[in-house]
Amino acid sequence: MDLRQKLEILADAAKYDASCASSGTAKRDSTRGGLGSTEGMGICHAYAPDGRCISLLKILLTNACAFDCAYCVNRASSNVRRARFTVAEVVKLTLDFYRRNAIEGLFLSSGITRSADWTMEQLVLVARTLREEHGFQGYIHLKTIPDASPELVEEAGRWADRLSINIELPEAGSLKALAPEKDLSEIKKAMGGLRARIEGAREDLRTARRAKAPRFAPAGQSTQMIVGADASDDATILGTATDLYAGYRLKRVYYSAYSPIPDASRALPPIAPPLVREHRLYQADWLLRFYGFSREEVIAGGEGGMLDLSLDPKTAWALKHRADFPVDLNRAPRERLLRVPGLGAKTVDKILATRRHSAIRAEDLARLHVSLPKVLPFVITADHRPRLLDSGGLRERLIPGTAFVAAARPVQMSLF
Amino acid sequence: MGMAAVLPGPADFAAWRGAARGMLAAGVPPEDTEWRVAGDAPSLFAEAAPPPASSGAHVPRAFVDLAEIAIRHADPERFALLYRVLWRLTHGEPALMQVATDADVVRLHAMAKAVKRDAHKMHAFLRFRQVETEAGTRHVAWFEPDHHIEDAEAGFFVRRFAGLRWSIVTPRRSVHWNGTDLSFGPGGRRQDVPPDDAVEPLWRAYYAAIFNPARLKPGAMRAEMPRKYWRNMPETAEIPRLMAEAPRRAAEMLSRDATAPRPNPQRLHPPGRADVEEAMDLLDAGTDPKAALAALARELAGRNDLPDFARRATQMVFGEGPVGAPLFFVGEQPGDEEDIQGRPFVGPAGRLFDRALDAAQVPRDEAYVTNAVKHFKFTPTGKRRLHQSPDAGDIAYYRPFLLREIGIVAPRLLVGLGATALRALTGKAVPVMKARGTILPGPEGLPVFATVHPSYLLRLPDEEVQRREYARFVEDLRAAHAQAAA
Ligand code: SF4
Repeated sequence: MDLRQKLEILADAAKYDASCASSGTAKRDSTRGGLGSTEGMGICHAYAPDGRCISLLKILLTNACAFDCAYCVNRASSNVRRARFTVAEVVKLTLDFYRRNAIEGLFLSSGITRSADWTMEQLVLVARTLREEHGFQGYIHLKTIPDASPELVEEAGRWADRLSINIELPEAGSLKALAPEKDLSEIKKAMGGLRARIEGAREDLRTARRAKAPRFAPAGQSTQMIVGADASDDATILGTATDLYAGYRLKRVYYSAYSPIPDASRALPPIAPPLVREHRLYQADWLLRFYGFSREEVIAGGEGGMLDLSLDPKTAWALKHRADFPVDLNRAPRERLLRVPGLGAKTVDKILATRRHSAIRAEDLARLHVSLPKVLPFVITADHRPRLLDSGGLRERLIPGTAFVAAARPVQMSLF
Repeated sequence: MGMAAVLPGPADFAAWRGAARGMLAAGVPPEDTEWRVAGDAPSLFAEAAPPPASSGAHVPRAFVDLAEIAIRHADPERFALLYRVLWRLTHGEPALMQVATDADVVRLHAMAKAVKRDAHKMHAFLRFRQVETEAGTRHVAWFEPDHHIEDAEAGFFVRRFAGLRWSIVTPRRSVHWNGTDLSFGPGGRRQDVPPDDAVEPLWRAYYAAIFNPARLKPGAMRAEMPRKYWRNMPETAEIPRLMAEAPRRAAEMLSRDATAPRPNPQRLHPPGRADVEEAMDLLDAGTDPKAALAALARELAGRNDLPDFARRATQMVFGEGPVGAPLFFVGEQPGDEEDIQGRPFVGPAGRLFDRALDAAQVPRDEAYVTNAVKHFKFTPTGKRRLHQSPDAGDIAYYRPFLLREIGIVAPRLLVGLGATALRALTGKAVPVMKARGTILPGPEGLPVFATVHPSYLLRLPDEEVQRREYARFVEDLRAAHAQAAA
């Protein structure tokens, strides 16, 4: 099998992992040798027709796997073609693509063959070769195998910018049913271990031992949860996400709509991927982390533990809490402004700065590129008072008329 | 009469600043100025050049930062706009930059934003091609930026590709890096850059394979990667085919017969170390108290009727210490750090407890430590998990396991640290402050020594009170130690 065929198989096998971020790591460059740089901000070097950002060379070392996770294209019982890269091949592909400015770095994962440690060792070897032999300064994201030995995890963290362990499903029960070889508590313990090491390394950097402090995954850890493969509702998904953020200080939880795969398992028949639901979960996640919403509040915007699919979760919440509105843009404190549908954190800060010098009027909002039909029903300005707030038809008016596909922004860019 | 400034380059901020200072010093209002770049057609009216001025007016940093970027914008009005804002800042509107809704400020921000986006897209979408020359390997790229960003962004490519020798050619400018020095030259043509390179077929194959046909969203792709960039990106040649094939590929995946899962999923190895240990523990549990403790821990961790909060914890945290230790300390529940490490008393309260034990000269091998509740109960708030006190039901659930733990360790004295522990040990609510330092009747006729939980000491706001209470806590531990030895 030639390199191109392997690349096709092993990229195809990796594409169901939504993570492709290359942001948030330490600043590095190649002015004192080596190849590459990282400057804090992630870069999407291309976009595929699925709207997803291509930032890293995202591949599996091998798609042979001893596990039989029903949702996964690489599971042992699947009939897909199998391939394996050598360490040297992955290193060369990474450097070749990087020199052409096509990628920010490498996101390497693998099916589990032989043993957890053997698999982890191969991943670590690729990263070590890139860093030590080629002075590679670009971004490296390694998938971590929960059962791998502590020494290997330690070394992975030395070479990688980011480590991740996928939680896969929001509940222990569904994981047991669909990924019989995986164990939620082992996964959480491994995440806890990563958190302890990441925080330890940061602590060392702050103290006197700075020079000698061993690096450990400066861009932190992330995880992915599959949406729609089990019966979990949005309340459960967001509950698990908040626990993960709080417990293991994750940089990101990726929500990945369960997607049809070439050779699906009878245990989990293929469905059209719930893309709108995935999008709403990302929006809700954003509200939880940056807008001071609690999980209960976000969920209250929908019905029966599910988010409202036809409205963004902030508008959905506002419609159910009309008594909290209208908000006076010239008087309300920051926390209240952040709750206004259609106002982002940056716009809120601009409003706060501006209103100290002149009263905010409706036309000012247009200048700040705010969507007026979305915002005006909920706010008071110097020249505007909403009239429709009590009307039953308000919800219908707020549902975007355009098709979801046209309205949806690619998730990746808005979430860096 | 008006004044005209001729700037040497299209994005020369230093030259613009020099001219603007001169005009400002001469009191020339914005409507009387004209701005050109060397080489532009001169205006029909004779105008004076701005006089040199040594120092400028004080303006907000925010303006300078924004102006340095906005000046790279292709809009010919940019110099005049910058001068107008400068004029207004120095003529009665010092806070202008904070008025985010002012038309000039909005425009300035929009220009800076367009320049930054252009730069970001250049970092992202520029593709080098590798060429072999007599002088060695070179990397060459053709790129068409919207704004005058070539000089400003050269540094990005130097930092990233310092070890390569490369050139970037645009319609207006070329940038060359020879491994040590940067040089600039005139613009070029697309034909100046070689059309293909051996790695491109691989890159295109990757691009095609990473695309998921079941998630077709071309609008989202175009929003971030507008068509105008496509012609200089080799992988975009795949887009028409990928889009045309996507519906059929997705339909095929949905309609194909599914494969049966493996009947007996196996762990990778024959029984691992942990499994062997488990079997041994069970065998020994009858005779070896250490094995009995391990078996008890496993039994509790494996129960399927655990309270809901237990499922959200990372792991169960069982007791630690030598079997037969005369002192058996019971705390409330594991905290955040204990939950992560899987060991009791390793968080802030645990460290304080350790210090106090040392101060009271209680030897470590005489103390067994555990908690009344063995999973961390918390409420998540952003990046933290806030400890939530266990309620009577939680305590009751774990109590039988605590009693069995006590039975195996067989201590001489139980020490209840705080209300939860005392409730678990005595079976009823005990007012800690009143009971502190006294002995209460415990399970199996064992005495229970009551004191506070070390986290109580951490919560005291006043340092003086904290010191006094800590000393009292050490006294309590010493008394308990003496009591156990008696
Ligand atoms: S462990 Fe499960 S999810 Fe990972 S590659 Fe193997 S089958 Fe897929």
